[in-house]
Amino acid sequence: MTFIESIRRTVGRGAKTVEPDAEPTVAAVPAASQTAPGPAVDIAPTDPLFAYLQAAPGVVDAERLELDSAALAELRGGGVKVIVPLVTQGELIGALYLGPRLSDQDYSTDDRKLLSTLAAQAAPAIRVAQLVREQAVEIQARERLEQEMRVATLIQQQFLPRELPQLHDWQVAAYYGPARAVGGDFYDFIPLPDGRIGIVVGDVTDKGVPAALIMARTQSVLRGEAPRLQSPAKVLERANEILLPEMPARMFVTCLYMILEPETGRVVYANAGHNLPYVRTADEVIELRATGMPLGLLPGMDYPEHEAVLAPGQSVLLYSDGLVEAHDPAGGMFGFPRLKELMAVERPGSDLIDHLLDELHRFVGRGWDQEDDITLVALQRTGGRAVALADHDPDRAGERVLLQVSLPGAAGNERLAMDRVAEAVEPLGLEPARFERLKTAVSEAAMNAIEYGSQNDPAIPVEVEAVVVDDDLVVRISDRGLGGPMGEAEEPDIDKKLAGEQKPRGWGLFLIKHMVDAMEVTTHGTGQTVSLTLHLKGVDDDSQSVPG
Amino acid sequence: MTASPFRAEVRSTTDLATIVLHGDINVAAEGDLGAAYAAVGASGASTVLLDFSDTEYINSTGIALIVRLLADARRDRREVRACGLSPHYVEIFQITRLSDYMRIYDDAASAGDVATLTATGGQP
Repeated sequence: MTFIESIRRTVGRGAKTVEPDAEPTVAAVPAASQTAPGPAVDIAPTDPLFAYLQAAPGVVDAERLELDSAALAELRGGGVKVIVPLVTQGELIGALYLGPRLSDQDYSTDDRKLLSTLAAQAAPAIRVAQLVREQAVEIQARERLEQEMRVATLIQQQFLPRELPQLHDWQVAAYYGPARAVGGDFYDFIPLPDGRIGIVVGDVTDKGVPAALIMARTQSVLRGEAPRLQSPAKVLERANEILLPEMPARMFVTCLYMILEPETGRVVYANAGHNLPYVRTADEVIELRATGMPLGLLPGMDYPEHEAVLAPGQSVLLYSDGLVEAHDPAGGMFGFPRLKELMAVERPGSDLIDHLLDELHRFVGRGWDQEDDITLVALQRTGGRAVALADHDPDRAGERVLLQVSLPGAAGNERLAMDRVAEAVEPLGLEPARFERLKTAVSEAAMNAIEYGSQNDPAIPVEVEAVVVDDDLVVRISDRGLGGPMGEAEEPDIDKKLAGEQKPRGWGLFLIKHMVDAMEVTTHGTGQTVSLTLHLKGVDDDSQSVPG
Repeated sequence: MTASPFRAEVRSTTDLATIVLHGDINVAAEGDLGAAYAAVGASGASTVLLDFSDTEYINSTGIALIVRLLADARRDRREVRACGLSPHYVEIFQITRLSDYMRIYDDAASAGDVATLTATGGQP
């Protein structure tokens, strides 16, 4: 009898099909030659032979077996006469394939008994060997991963700021919590000329060492370019150009870069695909909106620059998506609305972060496996003088700001815009007719901004500003321009409308033009602004602009 | 001043039906205003009076609803009158020339409304 000459894995475990080139573990036999190895036939778990062997009581006669099995046909073709299943704890872990006896006699009853006994003893031993090998491979992989994570963490730690900036009238706090698999989050504070400070929060797609290396590179680029280029838009543009050729496939970096002027509270910022910062004002929590493509994706990207002013008492939170994308045990997401709600409660800087983390841990529950890095940077302005945004723009010097408010772009909020402006300009003591006209003009301009600029999306705000400049009251209503620039509307004509030649709607711009002394529409990088002007002096209060 | 949901009441006599407009007249008023005019049609009145005395806010989408009602009334050969408008909205009716197509009165009585409340549109 020719016996086992090679051990080879022949069957898959569970539902997996064994790879043809899987590592050898279980037996095959010589067929044509008495010394050559037999056929190395893998039996797929879906092959009927698999189930048959798993349930077979002992040695199986391959020639007499009637099964529609590709593996069986292949074994027979290779000269296999009997198959000895190797089963342990009900699991088929392999099989011995035997060719004809040297004597060409059939296998005897004793032979079969011997083979069965051998299989019964070999199967558990082979299984143990398999398990030991699998465990060794797993340990090796885990050690490799742990080593990689140690390196990634080390890189990450080298590049995160060692201390927070000390700013007069500001409370600064930051938190970085790496996930077990260490993502590519980063934050930075970059000292700039004139006491300004650059604030960076970013996130590299991917995890581990590759992400850590890209994070380190991005941070180096930003630290190098920020003091030289100054403008956040230019810094991100330059960083994109530098990183693009170096970026591995399927990786990119989201990043928000903000420059803070601590003395005035003015922030200038641009965004490369990162989460929008939240600002908590006395009344509400708003997003600082800014859009732009992530770094390292496409060449020639522009990053529109925006400005805001943080008044004393206000705070801003920059954060990565590890917080908002954390899941509770039921699979629910922490989410932006929850973060916004938590922001709404007034807390000094470090307390805000502590509070957010407390709420996060309450949300995710015990035994949470943190999926992604979490980075939070909070700045609260604790003192200083209130400076309106207009004061920083040389073109807008001398403006007295009565109102600056950002309203959700939800249908119906034109009424809110109207009421806020009315409240703000009331001290000017406008003649009642002009006051009412201004209200109508504001309502119509805000309705246009909400309907077209924000597409009625509450998440896309409309900014309303009222200022006095020289002897004029100017109300500016700015939108995000989602509906494109405002076109020239057809002059509404009641005769045509009643005759069905014009639609009943289309009165908005017409009304605005007749309600104020001047209306101007300007288109800019982030949308468009409608400016409504009422002269405060030298007007005939009874004048009405009724068409003839 | 806060937003005030729209509702409309209709009261009618043989010749005149009054639609009393309560609250803001904007795009949200479309359904109730349409229902109110349908009730006027059912009354058979030859004149419809729009009573704006309980309305503080009309925007351009509200103007469009009034234009539509006016067009429907002209189709039905029904006269439209208006009353109770604040001076500001009288001005807007003049600017838009709605006043060319509807006579404007100070109040319901001077517009000829002596009817009693008989039907409603919208929620009380």
